[in-house]
Amino acid sequence: MRRRRGLDPAWLLVGPALAILAVFFAGPVLASFVLSLTDFDLYAVARLDRLRVIGAGNYAALLASPRFWRAVRNTAYFVLVGGPLSIAVSLVAALLLDAPAVRWKPFLRTVLFLPVVTTLVAVAIVWRAIYHPRAGLLAWLCTQLGVTPIDWLGDPVWAMPAIILLAVWKNFGFNMLVFLAGLQSVPERLYEAARLDGAGAWPRFRHVTLPVLAPTFGFVVVTTTIGYLQLFAEPYVMTQGGPAEHTLSIVLLMYEEGFRWWNLGFAAAVAFVLFAIILVVTGAQVLLRRIFTREVA
Amino acid sequence: MSGSGVAAALLLLVASGVASATSPVELRVWGMGREGEVLRDLVAVFEEAHPGVRVRVQQIPWSAAHEKLLTAFVGGALPDVIQVGNTWIPELVALDAVLPVDDQIATIRDDFFPGILDTNVLDGRTWGVPWYADTRILFYRHDLTAAAGVDGPPATWAEWLAALERMQRSAGPGHSPILLPLREWQTPVILALQRGATLLRDEATRGDFASPPARTAFDFYLDLFRRGLARRDAATQVTNVYQDFAAGRFTFYVTGPWNLGELARRLPPALEDAWRTAPMPSPAPGVPGVSLAGGASLVVSRSTTEPALAGALVAHLTDIPMLCRLYDLAGDLPARSSAWNGCPIARDGRDEERTAAFWTQLQAVRATPKIPEWERIATRLTHHLELAVRGDVTLDVALAALDRDVDAILEKRRWLRAREAE
Amino acid sequence: MTASRVASIALHAALLVLAVTAMLPLLWMVSASFMPVGEATAVPLRWMPSRPTLEHYRTLFERMDLGRQLANSCIVAGITTVLAVLVNGMAGYAFAKLQFRGRDRILRLMLLALVVPGQIGMLPLFLLVRELGLVNRLGGVVVPGVASIFGIFLVRQYALSIPDSILDAARVDGAGELGIFARVALPLVMPILATLAVFTFLGAWNDFLWPLVVLADETRYTLPVGLASLAGEHVQDTELMMAGAVITVAPAVLLFVALQRYYLAGIMGGGVKG
Repeated sequence: MRRRRGLDPAWLLVGPALAILAVFFAGPVLASFVLSLTDFDLYAVARLDRLRVIGAGNYAALLASPRFWRAVRNTAYFVLVGGPLSIAVSLVAALLLDAPAVRWKPFLRTVLFLPVVTTLVAVAIVWRAIYHPRAGLLAWLCTQLGVTPIDWLGDPVWAMPAIILLAVWKNFGFNMLVFLAGLQSVPERLYEAARLDGAGAWPRFRHVTLPVLAPTFGFVVVTTTIGYLQLFAEPYVMTQGGPAEHTLSIVLLMYEEGFRWWNLGFAAAVAFVLFAIILVVTGAQVLLRRIFTREVA
Repeated sequence: MSGSGVAAALLLLVASGVASATSPVELRVWGMGREGEVLRDLVAVFEEAHPGVRVRVQQIPWSAAHEKLLTAFVGGALPDVIQVGNTWIPELVALDAVLPVDDQIATIRDDFFPGILDTNVLDGRTWGVPWYADTRILFYRHDLTAAAGVDGPPATWAEWLAALERMQRSAGPGHSPILLPLREWQTPVILALQRGATLLRDEATRGDFASPPARTAFDFYLDLFRRGLARRDAATQVTNVYQDFAAGRFTFYVTGPWNLGELARRLPPALEDAWRTAPMPSPAPGVPGVSLAGGASLVVSRSTTEPALAGALVAHLTDIPMLCRLYDLAGDLPARSSAWNGCPIARDGRDEERTAAFWTQLQAVRATPKIPEWERIATRLTHHLELAVRGDVTLDVALAALDRDVDAILEKRRWLRAREAE
Repeated sequence: MTASRVASIALHAALLVLAVTAMLPLLWMVSASFMPVGEATAVPLRWMPSRPTLEHYRTLFERMDLGRQLANSCIVAGITTVLAVLVNGMAGYAFAKLQFRGRDRILRLMLLALVVPGQIGMLPLFLLVRELGLVNRLGGVVVPGVASIFGIFLVRQYALSIPDSILDAARVDGAGELGIFARVALPLVMPILATLAVFTFLGAWNDFLWPLVVLADETRYTLPVGLASLAGEHVQDTELMMAGAVITVAPAVLLFVALQRYYLAGIMGGGVKG
C-alpha cells in the first residue's frame, strides 16, 4: 500500500475528541489517583509546602471510617432494593405497552418516559414537597387510606425508601424503552409456534420472551447498577445525607469531603474506591451472566 | 516608526486614556441571605459619593455560602469585599485570604461589643470589621405561656424546664414546647459555653466534648428530647417555622435577630403582640447566661485590585448611618454600641422590649474556638448528638466518638503547629 | 364480556395507573406554581389554585434573575450540543470507517473508560479549569462535556452501516478523507447526529454537579444550579420553587416531545446488545 505523506487524516477527525478526552478526562482521573496519595486540603491550597504525601494513608483512614461504611451500606441499600424495583417496573411497563391490544401507544410511551427527561434537581424539589408529612401528596394519600402519614424525609427508616421511590419514578421510563426495543425484536413466529404448541401466556413468556430478552436484561442490569452506584443529586437536594446519615451516599460523601471541607486527597480516595466497587460489581454481573447463559443454553 | 504607525500609536494611547477615564472601577461584594438583598440599597450612597465606582452586589444563600466561599477561593474568584459569618474568619485567615483591618478601625475599636470584636481577632491582629451582631436568645409565644400560667420568661435552666413542662401539660399532644432543629449546632454549644466548657483542649488541637461541664450541658439538651419537650424534627423536613409558630405548634425557639423582622413580616396581624424575646436562661442563679458571639463581619479579600477603595466601602457600610439603615431594612443589630443610641433602634414599646433582650445578651457573649476546622467540628457535633437524641447511642458513647472524630479532624493542625514550633 | 375485552380493560387500566403516577407529580408542580402563597403547603392538600396567579413567575424573572439563568442554560446546552455533534460525529465516523494505527486499542480503552464514574476526576478537573481561567465561566462548564465516549460509540455503531463501496468510490475519485467525511458520510449519518444532538442537549441542560462546582456567580448559574440555590434559601416558599422547577423542566420536556423521534431511535436502535 502506498505510504501516505504527512499526518494520517484520520487523526484530524478523531483528534479533537481524543484530545478533549485525554486532557479533561484521562488526565484528571490519573491526577486524582496521585491526589489520593496525599493529604491535600485547605491548608495545602493556601500553601503547597503544607502538603504531605501519605501513600495509602487516605485509603486506610477511609476503610477505618464509620462514615464511609455508612455511605457504602446506604448506597448498597439503594442499589440492591432500588435497582431490581426499577428494572421490574420498567419490564412490566414494557410488557404492558408491547401488548398488541394497546391503543394510543405512542402517547402512552411519551407520558411514561417524561420523568426521565425532567431535571433531577427540579423533581427532587417537587418530591420534597410531596413528601411533606402534613401537606404533601403522599400524606394526603395516607389520610385517605386511614394510615398515619409518614415523615418520609425525617424518619431514618423511611428516608432511603423515599429516595428509592423517587429514583424508580424518575428512571423507569428509560429501561422501559430498552426493554420495548428488545421485546420488539422477538420474532413473531416464535410466539406463533408456542401458541400452536398450546402454550399459555406465562409459559410463552418464560420460554420465548425471556431467553430472547436475556442480553437486553443483562445490559439493563449492568447499566442501572453502575448508574445507581453513583447516587448523588437526590440526597443532596432532599436530605443532605440525613437523617442521621441514613441517606449519605458514596458520591455525596466524596462531594462533602471534597467541596465542602476541601479534603481533596481524602475525597479522591473515596472516588477511587467507588471506581473499584463499580469494577468489581460490574465484573461480577458479567461473570454471572456468562455462567447463567451457559446453563440456559 | 512610520508616520501612520506613530499616528496609530497615539490614537491607541488616547483611546486607552479615554477608556480608563470613563470605564467605571468595579467593586464586587458578596452578601449572604437577607443582607445580600439589602446591600444593593446600602451601596447606592457609596456609589453617589464615589463617581466612577460601580459596586456589584451578589446575593448568596446562607446554606451554600460556606461552600461558595471556599470554591471561589480555590478558583480564584473571590470578590473584593465579602460578608462572612464571623465563625469563618479563622478559616479565611488560615487561607491567607483576607487583609488585616487594624488600621482601619483603630479609632472605633472601643465602640464594638467586646465579645463580637473578639471573634475577628487572631494572632493579635484584626481581620474583619464587625458589621452586625448576632446572638441567640429565646423567642416565645407569650400569649400561650401566659395562658398556661407561666410566670414571665425563665431566668434559669430550672425555670426553663418547669416552663416547658407546664406548656407540655397544658397545650396537649401535637405541641412541642420547644423547637430544636437537630441540624443547628448553636443551641447545644451555647448550653456548653454557659457551663464553662471550652470544647477543645491543648490549644484547640484536641476535642474536649466529653469534659464534665460539656457533658452536663449536652445531657440537659438531650433531656429536653427525652421528656418529649422537643421533637426529633430533622431539618430535612420542610418545616415552615413561621407557619408552625403562628399555629402554636411550638412555644419556644432559640434563634437570632433576623427573626425579629421575619416574624413581624410573616405572622398574621392577629398575632402581632403574641410573641416576646428574652435573654438565654443561665445554668444557675448568679452565673451569666452567655450566648454565642455571632454575627457577620465585612472582610477585604487579599486578591482585591482596589484595597483602598474596598476598605473605604467597608468603612462606609460600618458607619453609623448605614448600620441604622441595615437595621431598618434587615433587622440586623449593629455591632457598634453607639449605633444603638444613635439610630432609632426599635421605635415603639413592643419592638423596644424585643430588641432590649438582645442588648442585654450582647453584653455576655462568647466566641466558639477560633480555628478553621470549627465549622466541620460543629457538623460532627450535630451528627453525634443526633444519634444520641434518637437513642441509637448513649450520650457518653456519642461524646467519646465525637472527641475521636475531632481529634482526627485536628490532626493536621497538630502537625502544622509541631512543625512551626521547630 | 369476552375474556379478551376484560384483558384489554385491565391492560389499559394498568397503563393508566402508571401514566397517572408518572404525570401526577409534574402536574401538581405546574398547578402549585400558580397558587397564591401558602396554598401549596395547605392542609388538606389542594389540587388546583383557588385563584391562579403569575406572581411567582414574575418574582423569579424580575427579582431573582431567573431569566439570566435560563439564558445561561440555553447557551451552555446549545454550544455543548453543537460542538459535541461535530467532535463526536467526526470521531465516531473515523473509528467506524477509517483504519489508523492504534484504532482498536483506543477503542478498547474507551470501552473500559465507560465504567469510570464521572465524578472521579472532578477535583483535579476543577484545579485544571482554574489554571485555564475558566472557573466561573460558562466555557468551564461546556468544554469538559464536549467529547463523550458514549457519543462516539453511538455514531460509530451507526456509521458502521455505511457501505464501503461509496467511500471507496469517492477515494478513487481523488477526494481526501476530510472531504469524504464532509460530503459523503455526513449526510448519511444525519439521523444519528440528530439523536446525539437531542441526547447531548438534554444531558447538558439537566447537568447539575459540574456546573454547581464551576460556577460561583449567580448571574452565571445554569437553571439546575440556580434552582438548587433557590431551594436552599427559600425552603419556606414552596410555590416560588415550584415555579422555578417548571421553568427548569419545561424547555427540556418541550424539546423532547418535539424531537422524540430521534431520541427514541437512539435508545431503541443502538446499544441494546449486551
